[in-house]
Amino acid sequence: MKNESIKVFQKKKQVILEKWITIQLQDQGLSDDLITNEDLRVQSEELLFSFIDNLTDSNIDNSESRDFENVIDILSSISISRAKQGYSPRETGNYVFSLKEALLSILSEEIKDPSILYTQSMAVNKLLDSFSISTFETFIKGREDVIFRQTDEITQISTPVIRVWDGILALPIIGTLDSSRTQVVMESLLQEIVDTGSSIAILDISGVPAVDSLVAQHLIKTVSATRLMGAECIISGIRPEIAQTVVHLGIDLSTIITKSTLASALKTAFIMLNLEVNKKQRVK
Amino acid sequence: MEKIPILRMGHFLLVTIQVDLYDQLAENLEADLMNMVSKTNAKGVLIDVSSVSIIDSFMGRILGNIATMSKIMDADTVVVGMQPAVAITLVELGLPLKGVYTALNVERGMQLLRSKILLEEEDQEEEYDDDGTDSPE
Amino acid sequence: MTTTAPIVLNRDSITVSRETDVVPFRSRVKEHAVKIGMSLLNQTKLITGASELVRNMLKYGNGGIVKIEIVSKGRDSGIRLIFEDKGPGIPDINKAMTDGFTTGKSMGLGLPGTRRLMNEFNIESQVGVGTTVTVIKWKNG
Repeated sequence: MKNESIKVFQKKKQVILEKWITIQLQDQGLSDDLITNEDLRVQSEELLFSFIDNLTDSNIDNSESRDFENVIDILSSISISRAKQGYSPRETGNYVFSLKEALLSILSEEIKDPSILYTQSMAVNKLLDSFSISTFETFIKGREDVIFRQTDEITQISTPVIRVWDGILALPIIGTLDSSRTQVVMESLLQEIVDTGSSIAILDISGVPAVDSLVAQHLIKTVSATRLMGAECIISGIRPEIAQTVVHLGIDLSTIITKSTLASALKTAFIMLNLEVNKKQRVK
Repeated sequence: MEKIPILRMGHFLLVTIQVDLYDQLAENLEADLMNMVSKTNAKGVLIDVSSVSIIDSFMGRILGNIATMSKIMDADTVVVGMQPAVAITLVELGLPLKGVYTALNVERGMQLLRSKILLEEEDQEEEYDDDGTDSPE
Repeated sequence: MTTTAPIVLNRDSITVSRETDVVPFRSRVKEHAVKIGMSLLNQTKLITGASELVRNMLKYGNGGIVKIEIVSKGRDSGIRLIFEDKGPGIPDINKAMTDGFTTGKSMGLGLPGTRRLMNEFNIESQVGVGTTVTVIKWKNG
């Protein structure tokens, strides 16, 4: 009994395509600058023909059918690229809804028996709705990609390694120090040590809101890794509350040089490198 | 049987590890190294690991062994040129690498060894002075 | 391990029965890791952990087979290693997982350290039957 709509679609492929494109272009939501008419036609034709060619009696009720893999693939790539280009989810969703409109209107023209028309329309309706949900899902994935990339960039920016003097590096750590951030810190710091041949790294944690056992562990790991590279670490920016917390938690920082300010850490670093800062004498 | 070459550089010995160490090779290295330390009266051993991309607990044990053995023969050991990825991995793995000094490269490693020797000589001089056998200079 | 199983994209396996098999084993793991574009740091962690596990397998398990698979879950891809041996088995897994380097005396099985290097870690062992260790390192893990 399902044959009807399939036969209709196969017969009226071109007509459906034209109708669909017309509806899309009429849609007020569609911005002209996002896609040319030519590209739109090519995209729509590929999707429509793939859909119709793969539609059979057995899969018309099953949107999850593997026969529709190609259709879903095309739909996903359209959705992802549209998300990246800046289409709103509504615009991309309407892409499928307008197809549904075209398919249903052809059905109503070609099928005269109301009860057959009804059942056929319901089946097509359900199938197309499921396809449109997949466009929302891939749209969201596309946006998530952007978020992940931006998160990476923020992580990079927020852990700068500064060459404050020959052989001395400073890392102001701003924000929470979790394990993934620690990896980034360690990687950049160690690479910078290799690139500059620095022998002292000052980790300033005045911008780290809370230091608990985990954060302390991360700091200790960073210090250990630095030592394996033949360099030494000084941790500065220790606020009084941190000193308290560290002792109460029983964390052992005795093997690490700690200073309360970046300035005193720098002074210590100079001493360790046998450097002296002198005031210029006034020539009389 | 491959042998890892040991270079003599003044009072120090330099070992550059460029191949993956396996049991037999590692044992041979330890033996050869100790023989050389004894023969040359070396004061320091430099192990260049800049070409080593993986240091696991086996390799870590070898490095620790070499450091301990050398110390018994009155030589200090410095591991130089560790790759950043290896250092980070070692810390995560939790290898202590006791008794092993580290430096960024061979040159720094030798500076480190020299300063260690100077310190030891100064300590020894103080000991003699305390004995009261010599008058203070 | 995890609720949704990862999809296996590629299967490879290698038999490790003597110490000289360790180096080629590491090279094979590296090959696959490079193929999926894993960063140098993650590669190092993966291969170092694999080295620990394969040495365990040789020392305590009389050797065995390691399956090297490229897997994917969602957006991420990674390497899954399955170490299977028919050795004596580990009587107390909990103890083995807490036996760390704290004593500084013996290196033990190095399992807690290896677990830290991997993203997913699972160990099953039966005395008299054998041990299977499964680990996954994601490309962006």
